[in-house]
Amino acid sequence: MTDPVIEADGLGMRYRRRGGGWALKDCTLALPAGRVVAVVGPNGAGKSTLLGLAAGLLRPTEGRITAPTRDRLAYVAQDKPLYGQLTVAETLRLGHELNPDRWDPAAAERITGPLPGNARVRTLSGGQRTRLALALALGKRPELLLLDEPMADLDPLARRELMGALLADAAERGTTVAMSSHILTELEGSCDHLLLVQDGRIRLDGAIDDLLAAHTLLTGPIADLAPHTVVDSRTTGRQLTALVRREGPVEGPWETAEPSLEELLLAHLRPTEGAPA
Amino acid sequence: MVEYRIDRRSGVATYLQIVQQTKQALRMGLLEPGDRLPTAREVVEATAVNPNTVLKAYRELEREGLVEARRGLGTFVRATLGTGPADSPLRGELTDWARRARAAGLEREDVAALFTSVLKEHFEGDE
Repeated sequence: MTDPVIEADGLGMRYRRRGGGWALKDCTLALPAGRVVAVVGPNGAGKSTLLGLAAGLLRPTEGRITAPTRDRLAYVAQDKPLYGQLTVAETLRLGHELNPDRWDPAAAERITGPLPGNARVRTLSGGQRTRLALALALGKRPELLLLDEPMADLDPLARRELMGALLADAAERGTTVAMSSHILTELEGSCDHLLLVQDGRIRLDGAIDDLLAAHTLLTGPIADLAPHTVVDSRTTGRQLTALVRREGPVEGPWETAEPSLEELLLAHLRPTEGAPA
Repeated sequence: MVEYRIDRRSGVATYLQIVQQTKQALRMGLLEPGDRLPTAREVVEATAVNPNTVLKAYRELEREGLVEARRGLGTFVRATLGTGPADSPLRGELTDWARRARAAGLEREDVAALFTSVLKEHFEGDE
């Protein structure tokens, strides 16, 4: 295992406005370098806050978080802030001037490819702005790339193309990528590590393969599922369907299967039957 | 060269899809010993699949002795995968069996379910 690239310990963040609630609370994690991390959770769960803290743009209310310094990380915020009056070419030149030691024009131009260099940023569509923002981030050759809802503005074709380019670049240079989304299908297959955030807390953290292998989806007669930890269960007539985190092998009259990532996430996000929501 | 098609809705793990499609290409003779598999970067760029997933699939193929990684050069095919010739006795027996199943009134799906369950019984733990 390599050294973690992001480490948080008892991290909490409270907004002064918005009624003073906790956006993030008791968050402890260590993300290994070289992973492509899916930061998943419902709207308002704390995903953006976590990414903003990792980027050093927000200051924690309590606890601490360590991540690479500003010059070695790139952060693409949800609203893709760019200068509207600059052209595409000028924006790239600015990227070069702000990162004189690290800038790689080829990496940036692979992403901007179809954009006209003399177009002003304010005339670009949402998808084109996303492209330019990603080009700026990749041109910087970061060790850590933080992307907040990166694909929201893109059509499926551009999404596939940019995700492919992003991952190819990460594969070549061992970049750690953390990207948030509330749309799971956007990330499934592209990520190898999962951070599930819900109500400002980390619900799941681990390699996706390990998490899937640790859980079992079972269907069969209603019976006590101890010693396994029940994540989600529902009954229909005489049939029980449950997703459990296993404690030892599952023995009993059940059909068992490894859950899909979607099943695992939904099970964790759904309030359990009979339990307080 | 093979091109992988990843079906995210198939329920089959992505790395297994890559393993299976490589094996299929070996069986069909589309890949022969000495051929180079696409690099992880090429696969990732075309499919937007996680790089570690591609590497995991290649490691699995290597473990089975089908390919070898040559440092700095890429991953190369080492062996072919034999398949029973189309007129093998095994195929003949299976054809007879399918004919009898149909004559006994089984639907296509019944036959597939039966076949799958027998496969599962005899090849348990192979995957």
